[in-house]
Amino acid sequence: MGFKHKDIIGLQGLTREEIELLLDTAENMKEIMGRDIKKVPTLRGKTVVNLFYEASTRTRTSFEIAAKRLSADTINISASTSSVTKGETLSDTARNVLAMKPDIIVMRHAASGAHHYLAQRVSCSVINAGDGAHEHPSQGLLDMLTMRQKFGRLEGLKVAIVGDITHSRVARSDIFGLTTMGAQVCLAGPPTMMPPGIERLGNVVVCSDMREAISGADVVMMLRIQLERQGKTLLPTLREYARYYGLNPEKLKLAKPEAIVMHPGPINRGVELSSYVADGDQSAILTQVENGVAVRMAMLYHVSGGELPTA
Amino acid sequence: MGAEKTVILDGAGVRRALTRIAHEILERNKGVADLVLVGIRTGGVHLARELSLRLEEIEGERPPVGEVDITLYRDDFKGHTPHLPVGKTDIPFAIEGKKVVLVDDVLFTGRTIRAALDALMDHGRPDCIQLAVLVDRGHRELPIRADFVGRNVPTSRKENILVTFDGDNRPLEVVLEK
Repeated sequence: MGFKHKDIIGLQGLTREEIELLLDTAENMKEIMGRDIKKVPTLRGKTVVNLFYEASTRTRTSFEIAAKRLSADTINISASTSSVTKGETLSDTARNVLAMKPDIIVMRHAASGAHHYLAQRVSCSVINAGDGAHEHPSQGLLDMLTMRQKFGRLEGLKVAIVGDITHSRVARSDIFGLTTMGAQVCLAGPPTMMPPGIERLGNVVVCSDMREAISGADVVMMLRIQLERQGKTLLPTLREYARYYGLNPEKLKLAKPEAIVMHPGPINRGVELSSYVADGDQSAILTQVENGVAVRMAMLYHVSGGELPTA
Repeated sequence: MGAEKTVILDGAGVRRALTRIAHEILERNKGVADLVLVGIRTGGVHLARELSLRLEEIEGERPPVGEVDITLYRDDFKGHTPHLPVGKTDIPFAIEGKKVVLVDDVLFTGRTIRAALDALMDHGRPDCIQLAVLVDRGHRELPIRADFVGRNVPTSRKENILVTFDGDNRPLEVVLEK
C-alpha cells in the first residue's frame, strides 16, 4: 500500500494503514542516524521550504535535519524576518514562495486551518508543523513511534494526556492518531483547559482527577502549559497547577510500573514535571526528540510520492 | 489467461548452484577471512544466508550476513507516484577493510546493484565488493557484471524471472514467466 496524500495537514482522516506505513518507514529511517554518513540521496534535487510563522527551535531544526538527511535543499523562512512583518498575506507569501519552485512546504502557523488554506492554493506538498490549537501531526507520529517502540503495539494501550487540552495541538493529533490505532486516551486537566465535548472524538475518557487518568496507564503524556496561547489566565497560580496537575514520583506510582513519561517540550520544570520525573528512568522525552527526525524523514519521503489532485 | 511458466532451476538445481558459488567465493578469496555477505532485500538476503551456511559447511566458519534495502537509493523516483515502503537495512558489522560479497537473486538492468553499491559505500570503505547472483538475465543498462553467477538465462524484456522461497525463506525454484 502506498501513501496517496499530497499533503499531511493532520492525523485526523489518515487510516490505520497509512499511520502504520509512516511509523514503519520512520522505524527503518532510524538506521540512517546510526551511520557515520547520516545521509541518503532520496530527495536529491528537491527543495523543502520551512515557513515558520511562529517561533520554533525543536520542530524547525528537526524538519531541517530530516530534509538534509534525505539530501533535499532546505530554505528557512521565519515570519519575524520576512515580508510578513510588512503586512504580506499568507496567500501572497505562498505565491511568492511557490515561484521559487519548492517541492514541499513545511509550515507552522498560529491560525488553525492555515495549512488547509495553503494546500488548496499550491501545487507542491504541504506538511503541517503545527497550526494554532488544531494539529501537530509530526509530534503525534513521533509520540506514537516512541510508544510503539516501548510496547511493540499501540492497540489496547492506556494513554493519559494531562494538562492544557484546549490549547494543545499535540493533544489533538495524539487523540486522532491513538484512537485510530486502537489505544484508549484518558484526558485530565483543569476544567478551564478542557474543551467541552472532546470525549466525542472517539475512544476518549475525560477524567476529573489527574490520578484517575494516570491510574494503570501505560503512557503518561504531560502537556506544556502554554501561557503564550491563553488569552486570559486560566489558572490561579503555577504553583497550584503543579500541585494538582504536575507529575511527581508519588503520582507516577499510580501508572503501570513499566509506564513511560512523555512531554512534547519544552518542559516547564517544576510545573508539569518534577525534575526527578523529567530526568528519571521512565522518561522517554529524549527518545521522542530522536524519533522526531525519523518521523519527519518519513513524512517528507511519503508526501513527495503522494498523488496530486486531479484537475 | 495466466502467464506461461518454465522452471529454470528446480530445488536441486538451486542447491547445486549455491554450492558452486560458495566454492568459487572461497577459491577467489582464499577462505573466509575478512569475508562478509550482504544480501539485497528481500531475495538476496535469503540467498546470502544460504551461502553463509554453505561456506560454513565447507570451511567450518560462517561469515556474517547483513542486509541492505535500496529503496532510498533508487534512481527512478518520480514526483507524485506513491513511493515504495522503506525496508530495513541491517549491517551489524563494520565493512571497513572487509571483502564484501553482495548477493542478489536476479541481475537485470544493474540499477539495483548500483543503488546497493552506493548504500554500502555509505556504511564504510570495504577492501573490495564482489557480486554474487543466482540468475543473470541480461539487459544491463549500467556497466555492471557479476563475479559469481548461478545460472545465465538469456531473456526478453517482456519475460520475468521469479525466485521463490518456502516459509523458512529457503529457495524453492527459479521460474521464467512469459
